[in-house]
Amino acid sequence: MLEDPFSFVEYIRENPDDFLRFLSQHVQLTLLSVLFGVVIAVPAAILASRVGLLARPLTGIASVGQTIPSLAVLGLLIPFLGIGFRPALVALTIQAFLPIFLNAYVGIRSVDRAVLDAARGMGTSGGQLLRMVELPLASPVIFAGIQTATVQNIAIATLAAYIGGGGLGDLILQGLSTLNGALLFAGAVPVAVLAITTELALGRLRRWIVPEGLRPTGS
Amino acid sequence: MITLDHVSKTFESKGRTVRAVDDVSLTIGAGQLHVLIGPSGSGKTTTMRMINRLETPTAGRITVDGRDVLAMDVVELRRSIGYVIQQGGLLPHLTVAENVAMVPRLLGWQRHRRRERAEELLGLVGLPAGQFADRYPRELSGGQQQRVGVARALAADPPIVLMDEPFGAVDPITRKQLQRELRRVQAAVNKTIVFVTHDIGEAFLLGDQIALMADGRLVQNGTPADLLRRPATPFVTAFTGEDRGLRALEYTTLAEVADAAGSVPATDGDTLPGELSILEAGRELARRGETGVDGFWVSDRGGRKTGYLSYRRFAAMLGEALGPAGATAGEADGDALPA
Repeated sequence: MLEDPFSFVEYIRENPDDFLRFLSQHVQLTLLSVLFGVVIAVPAAILASRVGLLARPLTGIASVGQTIPSLAVLGLLIPFLGIGFRPALVALTIQAFLPIFLNAYVGIRSVDRAVLDAARGMGTSGGQLLRMVELPLASPVIFAGIQTATVQNIAIATLAAYIGGGGLGDLILQGLSTLNGALLFAGAVPVAVLAITTELALGRLRRWIVPEGLRPTGS
Repeated sequence: MITLDHVSKTFESKGRTVRAVDDVSLTIGAGQLHVLIGPSGSGKTTTMRMINRLETPTAGRITVDGRDVLAMDVVELRRSIGYVIQQGGLLPHLTVAENVAMVPRLLGWQRHRRRERAEELLGLVGLPAGQFADRYPRELSGGQQQRVGVARALAADPPIVLMDEPFGAVDPITRKQLQRELRRVQAAVNKTIVFVTHDIGEAFLLGDQIALMADGRLVQNGTPADLLRRPATPFVTAFTGEDRGLRALEYTTLAEVADAAGSVPATDGDTLPGELSILEAGRELARRGETGVDGFWVSDRGGRKTGYLSYRRFAAMLGEALGPAGATAGEADGDALPA
């Protein structure tokens, strides 16, 4: 089946529309799921850090959720949401929630108690404490969670093809079922390239996002 | 002025009720530096933290300038009270100037006014603004961070400043330097300062008044001289330490011990200012040498002779104060020996 490992380039050249459609679905699945993940998980983490009673169940769910295989999550959602792009997006959002929530919660909770005490003593209101102290100080850890979720979801998004969600996984599945190496690699190689470049790009971005005073000396 | 009226604070810990602060009544006068001192667990920090409501009293009443703190808006109350803690508590993601101007920022001051105020205060605490304003806390030494902490507490010019072991985490030499600077700053700004420490030397150096606490209770409240010369309990004596005799000489002024001027015949002799401590007077007399009379006059700030002190009584006081100090030092040494 692997007569020529670079035959996938030919496939992409001959079917640019198909390839771009799958690539665009893949990127959409990843970006939207991470975006929704942030929108849901960061407020949830803030809530958990404020309301002691919620902290345990929420971190518990997040931790258990982390251990369920992604494919199983996709399958479990079929009875409720059916198949296609949307259920795939929901499944990926659930997957993104976990690392983002855990990092945000730990990041907020690990802000130096002395700093919090001083800030409270100076008369910051609850919202000001969050906005001016906790979130900036937790931002490196929160961002690391987003980075993890993004790279992870680029990989997991290949599974969306199993429930008709599209993405580069579609090419991989077609390649596997028809023993077509060119198709298989046309899906797999771009996924790998996407994951690696995203990881590197977000690493760069992280250095910009971390507040200057928190960066290691000499940077 | 701050008053604490029968204030108590109890915690529930593992099903047991812990009395952290037990029926403490205390008045802290305006413009005074009032030290709260005691061993760890004595309730001194909790007592202080109830003033800006970082802790809530379970019983009793605390007022600031006559207003019950529990009836005030907590955020407003805290913004009107400076707060300095041991580890500095500087915000690591803000520059030194931004840290200093934190409360002004919360109060909505304009940017340029905040910057001006921050630079002014950095100058006051001995950190030239040009050199320090735009640096980050991690680039500063522990002592410098504490100075920034003090500047930050003064930024909005609050009438009251609470300090929780502010110099506890720096090395002894820096600590001494910071203590001297606090005295200088206090002379310039004249705040009502509540200062928590467990260091008796620091308490004597800085305190106008000292409140000694143990097991949540107020054991004695008074001037340094009161604690040294009229200890309320043996605990006070033990806590003020082995060199208390020398300290007593340092904190007792001539005006306090001289005989009234009318009770003795007018003679010649030197005149010493009444605000000198006995220790300082001893040095001064040694410098001036023999005068031929049996004592010296003590004057008030206006130079008026208000009292007379014979050398005989002067020497007796020196002897009395030095006696027990040696004895205590001996006992302490004995205790330190392994049994």
